[in-house]
Amino acid sequence: MTAFTKYVRWDTVVTVLLVAVFLAGAGTTGGFADTSNLSAALDDTAEIALIALPMTLLVVAGQVDLSVASMLGLSSALAGALWDAGWAFELIVPVCLLVGAAGGLLNGWLVTRIGLPSLAVTIGTLTLYRGLASVVLGDKAVADFPDAYAQWAAYTRTVPGTFVPYPVALFVVLAVITAVVLHCTGFGRSLFAIGAQEDAAYFAGVRVKRIKIALFAVSGLVASFAGIVYTLRYGSARADNGIGLELVVIASVLLGGVDFDGGKGTLGGAVAGVLLIGLLGNLLTLNDVSNEVQVIVTGLLLIASVLTPRVISAVSERRHLPDQI
Amino acid sequence: MTTTLDKPAPTRDGARSLVDTVFRAREISIGGALVLLILGTWIANPGFLDDQGIKDLLLNSSILVLLAVGQSVVVITRNIDLSVGSVTGLTAFACGHFVSGTDRSAFTVVLLGLGLGVVCGLVSGALVSFGRVPALVVTLGMLYVVQGVDHAWAHGEQINAVNVPDAVLALGTGSILGIPYLPLISAVVLVATGYFLRTYRSGRELYAIGSNPEAARLAGIPIRRRILAAYAFSGAVAGFAGALWLARFGTVVADATNGWELTVVSAVVVGGVAITGGTGAVWGAALGALLLTTIGSALVVLKVDSFWQQAITGVLLLAAITTDRIVQVRTTSALRKRSRR
Repeated sequence: MTAFTKYVRWDTVVTVLLVAVFLAGAGTTGGFADTSNLSAALDDTAEIALIALPMTLLVVAGQVDLSVASMLGLSSALAGALWDAGWAFELIVPVCLLVGAAGGLLNGWLVTRIGLPSLAVTIGTLTLYRGLASVVLGDKAVADFPDAYAQWAAYTRTVPGTFVPYPVALFVVLAVITAVVLHCTGFGRSLFAIGAQEDAAYFAGVRVKRIKIALFAVSGLVASFAGIVYTLRYGSARADNGIGLELVVIASVLLGGVDFDGGKGTLGGAVAGVLLIGLLGNLLTLNDVSNEVQVIVTGLLLIASVLTPRVISAVSERRHLPDQI
Repeated sequence: MTTTLDKPAPTRDGARSLVDTVFRAREISIGGALVLLILGTWIANPGFLDDQGIKDLLLNSSILVLLAVGQSVVVITRNIDLSVGSVTGLTAFACGHFVSGTDRSAFTVVLLGLGLGVVCGLVSGALVSFGRVPALVVTLGMLYVVQGVDHAWAHGEQINAVNVPDAVLALGTGSILGIPYLPLISAVVLVATGYFLRTYRSGRELYAIGSNPEAARLAGIPIRRRILAAYAFSGAVAGFAGALWLARFGTVVADATNGWELTVVSAVVVGGVAITGGTGAVWGAALGALLLTTIGSALVVLKVDSFWQQAITGVLLLAAITTDRIVQVRTTSALRKRSRR
């Protein structure tokens, strides 16, 4: 684009910001850099982080999935209802994952076969899945999940020798896999191609429809898995679990420099965006900053993240103008 | 992107009525669904359409209709305004705070709402049009900022109807010839906006921008100014809706309108305003809003288990946009065949 974006990529800026927030927190706030606090902070972002992975792929391919938080709720409600009905937990998890994948397939099918914009489709399924969640569980809350599993998601139990809780460890593995897929394979390149110019990608031999359906299916699957993590972490299955989370996930991904118009972005940037919002929230909470102000900070960060690169490049363009003439 | 901009000149043969029907199919199919829904519910429960029933239906839908009209003006330019719900909430609270315990008139409240809304709209609009940043990101950011300001300001406090002056409440409860003010106001805004979009040059230019921004720019349309104006309008409508919300309910809590942005966007999409810009009419969006509200009311009247209501709304939402899309594809191919002949 211009001088600024040629040398500095936005995902680098977000990563620098992340480090700055971490250092500032460690310097000013006692307890922030403690491993137990970091474990808690990371664990708190586990669901957002997990869902952000397929969301990044979708946004790179020019799509969006607003139904993820509803799928999280549906999966949580289903887990609760089945547990209530006396199912074994080992059986509940695959059933929930299957439902998630099926929900994702429905999104993908409506987007590719009927040709509807994903924003419109997933607003519809956002309502549908949340509605199904309340059909499945009503306004009950199921809480008595087996200790062994609840422990698995708790921030107090970490991978031995580290301060990383298990859901986060799993996220790290999945993030590495996703990064490799997105940035080092032909499949990843085809996602960028679809996002940049769908028709061109199609004529270049990319199986656009099949890929899109697969992406939505994975998104649903991961969202339902996040629903299980959420349920275990809070020890409570409810139909309204995670309401509004979709906007936080999308905000994190966009903050990480993934272009909503598709075709641009890196997974590293998206992960940095997730961590930045998570760590900043934790830091502000430790400093007794109210939740309302945190919401404002998230909003301002989001606006700044899209505005700053453009302002800087506009300024540097103006400065370089005389040379060019 | 297909557009309805280039309507063929009317001819004298039968083709005209066909083309006309075809181009109006979107609004017709939504209107048909609405009529069917109302009739079906009425047959099942005649109480649905008695005086009070009709009044409730009109009152419940009028604020959503207003917001849908404002939103569609933005969506037509291939942008989106996710901040409308929170702007409505903020203005409702601000207006309530302003009049609480005073005897200020309804006029000043509406003026305050409009002013606040315009300011919010101008901020989003300026960022989108002059900052050239994606509308979804900016208005998502605005959503958070406005919501945060609203919650931080309200801080668990709420506006109570007893403190709101009667003159303001009268705006929400009063009526002319048995028709409440609120739906009348929505209808006036709807007709004025629809007339403007259809008739005025600057209104048509909004369609041109949404249909193809680059072509619109080359054609000399002041894109930035138009988009800024569209956001200012959407903000003004949201602010107005906030003032009306206060007038109708009297009681305002900070999170009263959380999540509305998606309902408004659903109404617009169901009403046949393409999210990809350049197509659609505010009538459609208003019908979409009316349909969504009616579905909600009908499910209550039909005594559908409340746990099922949201799921059914979701299915109907998907059915509406799917049908709309299929009709659109069919008519496009029919038109292509016709022009080949």
